[in-house]
Amino acid sequence: MSDVIIAEGVSKSYRLGEQTTAYNLLRERIVQAFKTPFARQQPANEFWALKDVSFTVGSAEVVGLIGKNGAGKSTLLKILSRITEPAEGRIDLHGKVSSLLEVGIGFHPELSGRENVYLNGAILGMSRREIRRKFDEIVDFAEISKFLDTPVKRYSSGMYVRLAFAVAAHLEPDILIVDEVLAVGDSAFQQKCLGKMRDIRSEGRTVIVVSHNMSTVSSLCQRVIWLADGKVKAAGDAQAIIRQYLSEGVKNDFVWTPRHGILSAFEYHSVSIESGSAADGGEGFPANAPIDVVFDISIHDKFPAGRIEMRLQTDSGDLLLTSTSADGTVQVNHEWKRGRQQFRCRIPADFLMPGRYFITITEPYGSHDIVRENVLTFSVTEEGSLSARDQRGGKIAPRLQWTLTGAG
Amino acid sequence: MHTVIKPRRGLAQLNLAEVWQARELLGFLAWRDITVRYKQTSIGVLWAFIRPFLTMVIFSVVFGRIAKLPSDGVPYAVLTFTALLPWQFFATAFAEAANAVVGNGYMITKIYFPRLILPLASIAVGIVDFLVSFVILVFMMIGYRMVPTWRVLALPLFFALCLLFTIGLGLWTSSLYVKYRDMRHLIPFITQFGMYVSPVAFSSSIVPAKWRFLYSLNPMVVVIDGFRWSLLGTTQLYVPGVVAGTVTSIVLLVTGVYYFKQTERVFADVM
Repeated sequence: MSDVIIAEGVSKSYRLGEQTTAYNLLRERIVQAFKTPFARQQPANEFWALKDVSFTVGSAEVVGLIGKNGAGKSTLLKILSRITEPAEGRIDLHGKVSSLLEVGIGFHPELSGRENVYLNGAILGMSRREIRRKFDEIVDFAEISKFLDTPVKRYSSGMYVRLAFAVAAHLEPDILIVDEVLAVGDSAFQQKCLGKMRDIRSEGRTVIVVSHNMSTVSSLCQRVIWLADGKVKAAGDAQAIIRQYLSEGVKNDFVWTPRHGILSAFEYHSVSIESGSAADGGEGFPANAPIDVVFDISIHDKFPAGRIEMRLQTDSGDLLLTSTSADGTVQVNHEWKRGRQQFRCRIPADFLMPGRYFITITEPYGSHDIVRENVLTFSVTEEGSLSARDQRGGKIAPRLQWTLTGAG
Repeated sequence: MHTVIKPRRGLAQLNLAEVWQARELLGFLAWRDITVRYKQTSIGVLWAFIRPFLTMVIFSVVFGRIAKLPSDGVPYAVLTFTALLPWQFFATAFAEAANAVVGNGYMITKIYFPRLILPLASIAVGIVDFLVSFVILVFMMIGYRMVPTWRVLALPLFFALCLLFTIGLGLWTSSLYVKYRDMRHLIPFITQFGMYVSPVAFSSSIVPAKWRFLYSLNPMVVVIDGFRWSLLGTTQLYVPGVVAGTVTSIVLLVTGVYYFKQTERVFADVM
């Protein structure tokens, strides 16, 4: 088995100074030049998103890239996809490379499904002839043949995603680099996508997949590369590494503090979990105590109305619920007060099933939100749990109100 | 196929072959911009006729009738329109090109393709509008019974000069825009202010002879004079000016390509 991806000493740094303001203002540069005309620009605070990462991937291998948020997965993916350049190191890729960090890139809402297939196909690197040849297959796969000439802005989100994925699924690269884009659409379609991924593997293509969903990783990948703090922490057999990764994750994910400094007038100091029970959470929180998620933020400047979103996912990757800081208001968004403040979101007692949960949050950023995936992890134990008492099924185990009304 | 990813050092490699290979994508992006531009508007592509036409009418009334600027013996409407043709092309195409990188930022942070094709593709919108306006001019000239001479053969050359200048300035602006969002305010300023300093509403014959060369460093002066010279035969071609404007455009284009290639490596990081 020959190696088709060889990465040697790949490093990437970001200047923290550049990220504190969302973008440079010409004025600042000019003022700087007048103030210190002979001084070179001060070396900004450097942050190494990746440091000396080396690995190889063999032909027809499916390799999973795992690690916590901020471990460098996205950066590595972006370097492999040639979206950004490494600061040091070298990667050799042998074969035609396609990368899917997102499906439906370039889709335009005003264009029809047919037009978008051609546009998106071209962006993904397919030739016009190739798209024409696969067109019927793509439409069949997406199950949207009736709406081919409808602008995609009239599509349901499910149809949109199906079409977007269908185009991507018909790429024929030698090396495929995929982000967690697979977990899209309804569960039937997800199964179809996973099936397609297995096909790709059986066709002898090489795949690098980044996922937070360990069951996906373990079912797809033979080998896993585990990134932590921008370095390769471990690499090898998928099952063994995933076990190691999960057991480490249990204890220390109750507090999240952003690593990238202040991006805008909105700043997260931390997001943390507090439980109403005496347990320290190391082994998990009892099911019959409430769990609070505390968002400690500052608004430094005038900031457009918005909200913080919290998404609760189970360890199989299912989205259990979404809750937002504006849920208590009439509007979808709320106004921000200036200064430091805390939002507290209470997950009630007697609500969750025993198991592991991941919390994804959003960071308001002007008109669009930045999604911070899986920033917190916690477990709910069987202690005091209704489901442990009688082995009931279901995704949640709330204690609903029962009253005896027709007695006598 | 073998791809090597490593940090680039020193002067950027142009790698224009890569742009050529992506020409189909360039075509698709241009087609998208053109299609989307007039979708959802009730009169659609008619806008491409109405905008230059109304501008011409306003100019004729304000500058021709009220301010009574000289028109070199041709109907003032035609004099203005021959200048509006390349000017509107420049204004539209330049604004689109300048915004091409920032406007497509979500694509740049998600997938690799030769970044150069973004500003190039966005210029296509201007070309379509230009062709539409050209039809209006043909009708106007028929209406005024004006017959162009053999000089009309030189028209594509002046349009090519206009294209070079637009691309050059567009490349500079689009890559500066990524880092300096001040450009958002500067771009409309260039297209508005530029129209008054270029001989759109007047004939460049009113510019004093000693300033002529300096004035021609603005390639749009050469382009507009060139359009009038080849279509109307009124303006005399000022050859040193043509050379100056052409050199300016070529310098802008070459440095623009290099600056773009030099900065594109950080596009995804600062976007």
